[in-house]
Amino acid sequence: MKPNTIAVVGAAETTDLGVIPGLSQIQLHADAALNAMQDAGLKATDIDGIATAGETPNTIAHYLGITPTWADGTSVGGCSFMLHVRHAAAAINEGLCNTVLITHGESGKSRVAVTPRPPFPGSLTGQFEAPFGVAGPPTQFTIPVLRYMKTYGITEEQIAMVSVVQREWAGRNPRATFKTPITVADVLSSRMIAYPFRILMCCLVTDGGGALILTSAERAQDFPRKPVYIVGTGESVESPLISQMADFTSSRAFRVSGKKAFDESCIKHGDVDHLMIYDAFAHLPLYGLEDLGFCKPGEAAGFIGSRATAPGGKLPLNTNGGGLSYMHSGMYGMYALQESVRQMRGIAAAQVEGAKISVCHGVGGMFAASGTIIFSNEKI
Amino acid sequence: MAEGKRPLPQPTPETQHFWDGARAGELRLQVCNDCRHTYFPPRPFCPKCSSRNVAVTRASGKAKLHSYVIHHRQAPGFDPPYAIAVVELAEGPRMMTNIVGCPQTPEALQLDMPLEVTFEKQNDEISLALFKPAT
Repeated sequence: MKPNTIAVVGAAETTDLGVIPGLSQIQLHADAALNAMQDAGLKATDIDGIATAGETPNTIAHYLGITPTWADGTSVGGCSFMLHVRHAAAAINEGLCNTVLITHGESGKSRVAVTPRPPFPGSLTGQFEAPFGVAGPPTQFTIPVLRYMKTYGITEEQIAMVSVVQREWAGRNPRATFKTPITVADVLSSRMIAYPFRILMCCLVTDGGGALILTSAERAQDFPRKPVYIVGTGESVESPLISQMADFTSSRAFRVSGKKAFDESCIKHGDVDHLMIYDAFAHLPLYGLEDLGFCKPGEAAGFIGSRATAPGGKLPLNTNGGGLSYMHSGMYGMYALQESVRQMRGIAAAQVEGAKISVCHGVGGMFAASGTIIFSNEKI
Repeated sequence: MAEGKRPLPQPTPETQHFWDGARAGELRLQVCNDCRHTYFPPRPFCPKCSSRNVAVTRASGKAKLHSYVIHHRQAPGFDPPYAIAVVELAEGPRMMTNIVGCPQTPEALQLDMPLEVTFEKQNDEISLALFKPAT
């Protein structure tokens, strides 16, 4: 996309996060969408573009009363919303629509009217992974990590440190689900889920939603909130089968998506003030830091261990507490985007003083997909 | 004891030869006659050069343990803890499997340990390619 041409003018999460048995999946989308519309000073009739995942765009458009001239139902897992931002930017610039609403809602914990995701026995997953006892993300997303640890000599203690540092950030965020500080020993004595992953290395399962509203940077000046500009975008996909990921120590989708976003924006890594890396499990920030180019291969665990990404460090990472401690409904990418927007607006709970550039990197479907958005509160 | 039954695959026209092979005790891969790339999972064209000129080939059944997790929770047809593994075949492709014939512990399951295929019959149609420590 063309940098600085599109801005976020509305952003909000659901009124509540956590356990919300009183709202179905579709109403979580709507609650977030209505909050984002209020944030932007808009009504549904002002919106002419819709993008969503989990529900179909026609379902959400009809439910909210939107008549779109552009719709995007890209659904590649938890980073779908990063791809929606990228596609919406292109659509607005091409004149397909003017004002895009992107919604997410997921009753991940309470399971009220959720979309079923069965592994069909004739699908690639159904034939070549399901028969071996995989049971969702904790047994699929995690399979590459022993190879990564052996290749670079990374220890379980170092992986546990990712969870410890993110809990420190969560402790500064009143909306975080888990705020009590934890130690490496706490992580390594917590219940084993899928060796080497213990429960404190795995994301939460909660209910919630979020929504974004995008328009042209030109129009963005007329909205009540200070615009947050989109200065770089990237996306890619790799394999629906974790067993077919080409390199177990590095994600091709991460590398392709991250490079594209950095190339578009023309920023350098040293320019980045704030970073979000989707952390469904504790190894993901390690892969993300390396595949985005912030660390050399094998050096991310040492980087996190040095407190570089912790409060007071030079590269604040997952400042809402992340999927490990803030919330994780299933498709967490929307909450990473929300935190980047809050940081660029200067209103985050754990605000990074003077932050001007935020990189937000998402993963979808066990390393199957990736999306990267670079935001700034100034045109760069 | 394991409760329930493990999910079984439903072969498709493009994968039938693989499942026929497993039933006959053969691990079948495909090889491209144009670029010589050997690949898995099955499809009637080469994912490297897009040629449709491909053939089915019998693999040696030799592999190395590439990575794994040891699942500690219940899953239909499994008795936890059990390892879910990815092995690298001698011919190059990787596949998901279970490791049998050894304890399901980090001490027994060392990365790069040599393995060989063994087939476990599920019903008259489906046998699964599992791996055991090489003798």
